[in-house]
Amino acid sequence: MPIYSEKVMDHFMNPRNVGEIENPDGIGEEGNPVCGDMMTFYIKVKDNRLEDVKFKTFGCGAAIAVSSMVSEMAKGKTLEEAKKITPRLVADELEGLPKNKFHCSNLGAQALNKAIDDYLKKQQKEGGK
Amino acid sequence: MREVYLDNAATTPLLPEVREAMIPYLGDVFGNPSSLHDWGDGSREAMETARDQVAQLIGADSDEIIFTGSGTESNNFAVKGLALAQQSKGKHVVVSAIEHFSVLHSAKTLGKWGFEVDEVPVDKYGVVDPEEVRKRLRKDTVLVSIMHANGEVGTIEPIKEIAGITSKLKVPFHTDAVATAGTIPVDVRELGVDALSLAGNQFYGPKGVGALWLRKGVRIMPLLDGGIQEGGRRAGTENVPAIVGLGKAAELAKTDMESRVKRLTPLRDRLLKELPRKVGHVVVTGHPQNRLPGHASFCVEFIEGEAMLMLLNSKGIAVSSGSACTSRALKASHVLIAMGLPHELAQGSILLTLGMDNTPEDIDYVLEMMPPIVDRLRQMSPLYAKFTKTVKGGK
Repeated sequence: MPIYSEKVMDHFMNPRNVGEIENPDGIGEEGNPVCGDMMTFYIKVKDNRLEDVKFKTFGCGAAIAVSSMVSEMAKGKTLEEAKKITPRLVADELEGLPKNKFHCSNLGAQALNKAIDDYLKKQQKEGGK
Repeated sequence: MREVYLDNAATTPLLPEVREAMIPYLGDVFGNPSSLHDWGDGSREAMETARDQVAQLIGADSDEIIFTGSGTESNNFAVKGLALAQQSKGKHVVVSAIEHFSVLHSAKTLGKWGFEVDEVPVDKYGVVDPEEVRKRLRKDTVLVSIMHANGEVGTIEPIKEIAGITSKLKVPFHTDAVATAGTIPVDVRELGVDALSLAGNQFYGPKGVGALWLRKGVRIMPLLDGGIQEGGRRAGTENVPAIVGLGKAAELAKTDMESRVKRLTPLRDRLLKELPRKVGHVVVTGHPQNRLPGHASFCVEFIEGEAMLMLLNSKGIAVSSGSACTSRALKASHVLIAMGLPHELAQGSILLTLGMDNTPEDIDYVLEMMPPIVDRLRQMSPLYAKFTKTVKGGK
C-alpha cells in the first residue's frame, strides 16, 4: 500500500490556494526548516469571514497536502468556525496521514490559527487607537 | 510513460543470469547443505562454488568467507563480534561519523555493553582523514570500522592508508564495503583490512544475502548460536538459493566490472555537471571526483527531498533522499550533517544512483523533468520567497 491516501496525493499533486496575498489581514507561520516542515498562511478577512486563504509550504508531500486541505476547509468560514479546525480534523478530511507524519507535517491548522490571531491582534490595536 | 530507475543504492535489480542460476535451488535441489546424503551434497556443492566466486571477487581465500543474511548482518557481526572477541584486551572502538546505521547502531550497542566508542569526523566531502583515526587509537582499542564508500554521498574513503596505521598497531580493522564490493575493484589484501562486509543486492544479486570476509586467524564472537554452519561462526541453515545468486552475481561483477564502470561514469558525470546548471542553487554532495561510478547526489536549496521524490515518481523516475521527512525516524541524514551541511539544506537531499540498465536517454529525460519539478516546489516554498525578496531587496 502506498504511504499516502488518494486524497493526500490529490492535494499534493494539485494543491489548492498556493501563494501569497498582497497586503494580507493576517499572517501565521508555523514550524521551521530544521525539523523539516514550515508553513506560512495568509488570510483576507471580510465581515468576520475568511474571504481568502493562501499558503506557502516548505516540506514533504504530507505538509503540502495538509496546507492545501486547511486552506480549502477554512475558506469562507467565520473566524470562530475556522479556529475550530484541528490537526485531527485535517487528517480525517485527508483520509488519514501516516502515523509518523501526524505531528511534524500536520501544522496547517496551527499556522492558520496564528494568522487569525495576528488579524485579531491588529484589529485590537486599531480599535484602541 | 518512460520509466527510469535511479535508486540502485537502495537495491539493484536481479540479473536474469543470476535468477536462472538460483532457480534449481528453489526447486529440485532443496537438500540441507549440512545433510550427509546426496540431497545435501547438491546444495553444499553449489554453496561452496558460490563461496569461491565471492572469494575471487575480493581476492580472498574461500574459507575466509562467511555467508550472512544481509550487509546489515555482516556489519553487526563484524562490529559486535570482533569487539567482543577482543574485550580482554580492551573496550575501545573507533568508527566514522558517516557509517551506515548497521555499524553506528552496533557501536551504540557496544556502548551499552561497557565499550567506549569514538567517532571520527569527516570533511565537507565526507572524507575520513587517516590522521584523525591515528589520533584516536589507544592501547585498549580493539576495533576500527570505517566504510569503504558511503552509499549516500558516494565518497570513497582512504581505506588502504587507514589500514597502514591500524596494522602497525595490530588493531583489527573492519570495512563496510557494501557500496563498493561488486561495483569497483575491491581486493582485501591490497586494502590491508582484517574484515570486510558485502551484500548481494548491491551488485545485481538477490536481497537477503551478504557475506563477511574475515582474515584467517582473526577471532570473532558469533552472534547466532546453534549448529556448526559456516565454520561454527554463523549458525542456521544457509539460504542456498540466495547464496548461489550471490555467487553468480559476484562472478559476473568480476568479469564485467571494467565495462560497467566505463558505462556508468560518463552518465554520472553528466548528472553531476548538468543538473546543478539546469536547476540552479544545487550543491553536489560527496567528493566531486573520488566517488562511486554510478553515484550522483545533491542538495537542492529551498525545497524538501520527499516532495521532489514523489513528483519525480509521478514522472516515472525513482530516486531517494536523505531528508528528515523521507526517513521513518524523521531525522535529517547523519551523513550530511556530519559533513557540515545546515539542516535546511540537508532537507533538499536527493540521490540518483545509476545502474546497468540506464541509458544516455534516461539522463536526458531526468534533466528535462527535474527543472519544472524543482520550480513548482520552489514556487510553493516560503524559503524561496524569502530568498528572492532578499536578493531583490539587496539590488
